[in-house]
Amino acid sequence: MTTITYLAIFALAVYSFIINKSRAVSLAKFSNLHSQPYYHGIYSAVFMFLPAITLLILWTSIQNILTNLSIKDYFGDINDPGLVKFYINSVIDYSSGVSTRVIEHSGFLPAVERYSSLTYTNSILKIIVAIGLSVTLLRLSMKTVTVEFKAREYVERLFVMLMKLSSIMAIVVTVGIVLSLLFETLRFFSMINIFDFLFGLQWSPQTAIRADQVASSGSFGAIPVFVGTILISLIAMLVAVPIGLYSAIYLSQYAPYKVRTFAKPIIEILAGIPTVVYGFFAVITVAPFFRDLGDKIAPGALSGESAIIAGTVMGIMIIPFITSLTDDAMNAVPSSLKEGSLAMGATVSETTKQVIIPASFHGIVASFLLAFSRAIGETMIVVMAAGFAANLTLNPFESVTTVTVQIVGLLTGDQEFDSAKTLSAFALAFVLFFLTLILNVIALNMVKKYRELYE
Amino acid sequence: MNNLSQRNQAERRFKTYGFLAVLVAITFLFVLLFNIFSTGISAFKASYIGVNINLPAQSERSDINPRKEFKRQVYEMFPQVTTRSDKRNLMSLFSKGAVYEFEELLENSNKEDINGYHWFLAHADVDMYIKGTVERQGNEAGRINPSRMQYVDVLVEQNLIKLQANQYLLYSADSREPELAGIKGAIIGSFYAILIAFIVSFPLGVLSALYMEKIALKNKFSNTIETNINNLAAVPSIVFGLLGLAIFLNFFSLPRSAPLVGGLTLAVMTLPTIVIAARSAIKSVPPSIEEASIGLGASRIQTLLNFTLPLAMPGIMTGTIIGIARALGETAPLLMIGMVAFVVDVPGTPLDPSTALPVQIFLWADSPERAFVERTSAAIMVLLIFLVLLNLLAIYLRNKLEKKW
Repeated sequence: MTTITYLAIFALAVYSFIINKSRAVSLAKFSNLHSQPYYHGIYSAVFMFLPAITLLILWTSIQNILTNLSIKDYFGDINDPGLVKFYINSVIDYSSGVSTRVIEHSGFLPAVERYSSLTYTNSILKIIVAIGLSVTLLRLSMKTVTVEFKAREYVERLFVMLMKLSSIMAIVVTVGIVLSLLFETLRFFSMINIFDFLFGLQWSPQTAIRADQVASSGSFGAIPVFVGTILISLIAMLVAVPIGLYSAIYLSQYAPYKVRTFAKPIIEILAGIPTVVYGFFAVITVAPFFRDLGDKIAPGALSGESAIIAGTVMGIMIIPFITSLTDDAMNAVPSSLKEGSLAMGATVSETTKQVIIPASFHGIVASFLLAFSRAIGETMIVVMAAGFAANLTLNPFESVTTVTVQIVGLLTGDQEFDSAKTLSAFALAFVLFFLTLILNVIALNMVKKYRELYE
Repeated sequence: MNNLSQRNQAERRFKTYGFLAVLVAITFLFVLLFNIFSTGISAFKASYIGVNINLPAQSERSDINPRKEFKRQVYEMFPQVTTRSDKRNLMSLFSKGAVYEFEELLENSNKEDINGYHWFLAHADVDMYIKGTVERQGNEAGRINPSRMQYVDVLVEQNLIKLQANQYLLYSADSREPELAGIKGAIIGSFYAILIAFIVSFPLGVLSALYMEKIALKNKFSNTIETNINNLAAVPSIVFGLLGLAIFLNFFSLPRSAPLVGGLTLAVMTLPTIVIAARSAIKSVPPSIEEASIGLGASRIQTLLNFTLPLAMPGIMTGTIIGIARALGETAPLLMIGMVAFVVDVPGTPLDPSTALPVQIFLWADSPERAFVERTSAAIMVLLIFLVLLNLLAIYLRNKLEKKW
């Protein structure tokens, strides 16, 4: 029913476009119009479409709220608000034919009847008003097709508004992220002391089932999770920094043009491979490899979830982030500096170490920071290859957990939105978001600096 | 200062380190790809067992109970099988899907031509043994115990087990039985999610890029937007998942596990990539063309829509495709909005519960069933092929359509 109404209004808009355009075309035969005929068409279509659609959407949402209120009375004897909400949803599902389940409650069937009759009269009324409004607006818009009417300016103004709204989306998304995280995080901190969270040494959210349980507040100390995250990211950096930096040096200073155009895209493929593939690779190939290696040295010392496994694979993943950015930074160094050093008799390696690297230092550090931020926010590799239990250790051969692993573990499966366990995931995500944001801001400023220096 | 030969040695060492680093990085890539492809390629074939079908001549088609009849046909091949446990062992060589294949066969062929050998899907345990994934040790292999192995040996001897194209991997949805599990549901789910992500993020991205490049004055407001876009591009993807969870699921109460929500979440994630790419494409359109248009009396918006945008389109499309390719491989945000459910149906609309291809890979990789390992690799191969195709398209657009000014 509602779909047909939307379609009808859309059809009317198209009709409005066609008829007003053709009227403008016939006007244009006798005089010079201010705007092209299709602007008149667009103007009239929008003039009709926007108010009608807004009315429909507003009406529908208000109608939903009001009907929900009116059937709520049938379940007045129930105290639990969650249960009432569930009953109301069941009534809606039953009347709209989504489900055939009947709730065992004296108010259910009367509520269904009331709901059906309310929605029926309401939708009839809604359709009549919406179509009536559209037809009225259509007739009104026909009067606007005149020689001097500035349809183009109105259409263009609308378009600029649309562009402005789209670009505000970026801010809306950021605000949305911050607010949605902040809201749940504050609820978490109303249950758990913020200092216990930030500086506690014990992380076991699963044990805090009851509020009065022993150590239920002490089990949300996030230090082991943070340390685990940093440990795995540092291992990743230990793998990625030497390989990434040396390959960037080779590609920008030594490699012949052909090697460079061939090798750089291949290294960048590493960044394009989905992380879930790396996770699978870690579990299937890298973990057995390390386990066999470990068994030769000290049997049983390495588990399949050791930090070094996830760290190594993550290191492979972030190599291209370092290589690309460092390569760019080194290429941005003015060739006069490089040639000056070479002309003084320095070898290429000496020039690289003593001229190029100091000159592109900002860019190189920025690439490290970005890679590090990528590593701490990386999810799938650690979810698949790292552990879930939080051990406070710096030993790379033991199993540790990370922020992202905890978020995934706490939020997949059944969730109740009032338990500290679920909310703690949002608190962790909040910390993660700010940490990566700070790293990113510093890195971008550094990149800006070297660009300003040499460009 | 060191003498010259020492310095030259240091120079050579340094160069070798660099070369080795490049080599190591490339080796990692090839080891990864080789690993995936070598384990995954076998999943495109599956073991089928030949059964000599010989329907009783007098029976009517409607009288036949497919389940009983299929068992009877199998038992006839092994007259020595009489006890219940032997019968169960024999039937356990077949997949649960074999009966449905038999049913389909009954429906689709004439009674006269049906007699003769037909091939039915084998159980994953048999499949792994035939492919050599599990080693034979004496009279058993993996979960094939000696009492099952005797039949396998007979079948192999009579050439009644063969590998042929896997009819389930690409054409069915997920299943608990490895041999019946497929990725069609996940592919359709991914397709819907990507489509919605594109429909939402492309217009938004292009419009805001146009605004920021051509309309907005350089002031605090436009600076804020710019910083926001740059920072959003570096936000970990899982945070976008939490955004989707909090906004789309909890606030707007959209259906859980639906590709619609997945698509919206991915759209938010892809938006910064598209904006950044679109801005640089728009920036590279030479101002002389815009000035010529303005000079001929077009309005600013007319110039934007008729000249700037079409000329920047190849660049914008390239950036968009790369962003979409990244969204296609993204798993973490989809986990947050519940697209990890075990779904046995192929989703019909974007509102049906579904998984996505990378999530399916994650689910299979997590499964304790060993037979899922090769299927996981095969699913990864399909995902990588899609990604390669998307990137080739992007490269084609960049090389063929982009004008060099």
